[in-house]
Amino acid sequence: MAYGVLYDGTRCIGCRSCSVACKSWNKNPADIDKDKKTSVEGGIEGKAVVSDKTFTFMRFREIGDGDDLKWAFAKVQCMHCLKPGCETACIVGALHRKKATGAVTYDKQKCIGCRYCMVACPFGIPTYQWEERMPWIRKCTFCSDRLNEAENGMAPACVTACPTHAMEFGDRDELIEKAWARINAAPEGKYVRHVYGEKEVGGTAWMYISPVEMTELDFPWLSEEPVTKNARTAMGLLPYYATGMLALMAGIYFITKRKQKIAAGKHEEKKG
Amino acid sequence: MKEMMERKQKFPWGTLILSILAVLCAGVLVQRYVYGLGAMTNMSDGRGWGLWISFDLYCGVALAAGGFTLAAIVHIFNMEKYHPVVRPAILTAFLGYLLVVLALLVDLGQPWYIWRMIFNPNIHSPLYEVGWCVMLYTAVLALELSPAVFERLGWRIPLRIIGFIQIPLIIAGIVISTGHQNSLGSMLLIMTHTIDPLWYTPIIPALFFVSAVAVGPAMVIFEGTLSGAALGHKIKQDIFTGLGRIVSGVLVVYLIMRLADLAVAGQLDMLFNRYPQNIYWWIEILGGVVLPIILFNIPKVQQSRKGMFTAALLYIVLGLAFNRFIMSSLWLEIRPGYTYFPSWQEFAVSIGLVAWAMIAFQIAVRLLPITGQHGHGEGEAKSEEHAAPEATPAS
Repeated sequence: MAYGVLYDGTRCIGCRSCSVACKSWNKNPADIDKDKKTSVEGGIEGKAVVSDKTFTFMRFREIGDGDDLKWAFAKVQCMHCLKPGCETACIVGALHRKKATGAVTYDKQKCIGCRYCMVACPFGIPTYQWEERMPWIRKCTFCSDRLNEAENGMAPACVTACPTHAMEFGDRDELIEKAWARINAAPEGKYVRHVYGEKEVGGTAWMYISPVEMTELDFPWLSEEPVTKNARTAMGLLPYYATGMLALMAGIYFITKRKQKIAAGKHEEKKG
Repeated sequence: MKEMMERKQKFPWGTLILSILAVLCAGVLVQRYVYGLGAMTNMSDGRGWGLWISFDLYCGVALAAGGFTLAAIVHIFNMEKYHPVVRPAILTAFLGYLLVVLALLVDLGQPWYIWRMIFNPNIHSPLYEVGWCVMLYTAVLALELSPAVFERLGWRIPLRIIGFIQIPLIIAGIVISTGHQNSLGSMLLIMTHTIDPLWYTPIIPALFFVSAVAVGPAMVIFEGTLSGAALGHKIKQDIFTGLGRIVSGVLVVYLIMRLADLAVAGQLDMLFNRYPQNIYWWIEILGGVVLPIILFNIPKVQQSRKGMFTAALLYIVLGLAFNRFIMSSLWLEIRPGYTYFPSWQEFAVSIGLVAWAMIAFQIAVRLLPITGQHGHGEGEAKSEEHAAPEATPAS
């Protein structure tokens, strides 16, 4: 079994209690942009990017016009993929998906700071302590230190803080059933018929149902194929490649050497 | 010796510029280790990999491909004609790899923990393969180059040992370094939705391998012409013409692979309607692949040093470096809200490391029997400057 969270965009009121809870549980300080290297959205969203000090934030978008205008929300954090790109990318296995809980966690005791996870993540989640002399990767942990395989575990801090139960924590498979039941029971137009995260990149622990397509909330459009597939295939072919190349080169070497010897022999004969 | 004395009397502007760049780079490196990456680069969470990965790692490793291609051409395919350019190619590759290692130690956030990759292996990570290939192939290149040092020192026993293991060493080098070129492509395979679909394909590793095979001889033409002009030893035009033919042959294969890949994926229409990405594609393919193929096969170009140099340079810059830049930075869909252009310090490190390599190349060529050497049946190729100290069993 693996845990999941179902976020319901129709229940969320955009209060950002989840962000506050996240900051306080992870002891993350305020995130002030000291340099002007990056340009980011501001306003009601705040800084509206994940960073080494911010693991989650609320995204707000005005979608549609006139009577159709919808104010849509989405909580952004690590999606905790079932087949995480960062886990396959990491050269030292510092990023690891815990099978029991589904949390993708980071171990700085292994990290060397190569930042491959940052470019490998399809959701753009892992961040870096750019201001530090000895920087580490930082990202949402699914509150792995709160979760517990046994029944007495706690839910992630953000989920606990939500006043409207917009987020539900539980068994991932059960949540998928719940999500579809809710979509099917709702009047036409309340939800788009899509559980974002159910199948994207092979499935993610965090899933979204919403009145608008998640891509309109700037979530990436992703296929159902895990991002790790091609890379793993290529790495799997490696032993065959190495053996084949070795045999090919050795073979060519023996053939050319033999030709040379024969040619040299003929040369000798002529001379003689 | 006389010639060398005469050259020394001219003021060495080139050396001066290289030295300034090298010293500047060293200064910037102090800044990097004292204040951290954020203080001197423009990299950000949206762009975790910058110029150093695109230029020093992706272009650096590819441009060092001369080491394995020439070693294979001469020692495995037994084309003796190209013997005089093997050592310069291996020296270039060795310095190129040292440059890659240094650049990685600058780019890593925690370079002092690099040893962790030995104790915490993730065998599924393409970067794990890249890391091992860099380490092993640098060692192999050092061994392949060592006969030049032993010859200069007159150490006969190590020379004989290297001569004895030479062929296994060269084959190991080919397997490791071609594996390295592949794995740099495998690294990009994980960026399924980030690399532009005009360039993303499951066969990126194969494309990287083939384009690296082609760039090896092209680099020998490029660097042979330059160092020939700068250091006054001449490589026979015949060698360049032959190398040019090899490059164009491999490039034809590469071109077919690129087109067939798009055709199989049913994406040929993107060449016309995926604007502005397709402009980059056309510049890369027409300027960097098709044009060099044509040039390398025109007899007039084949007989001209400048012509061969131009054709090689076109492929190196537009066909290869441009391609690596497109894939590792120019057409990556970065996180929204972030932009990236390298800081002057990033440029200073990348350019400065090349300056260090060029200085090391000049010193090595002066001190060691690298150019116009060695061994059997190349009487006329023997340069006046470096009367080979002794016959080499390693050749």
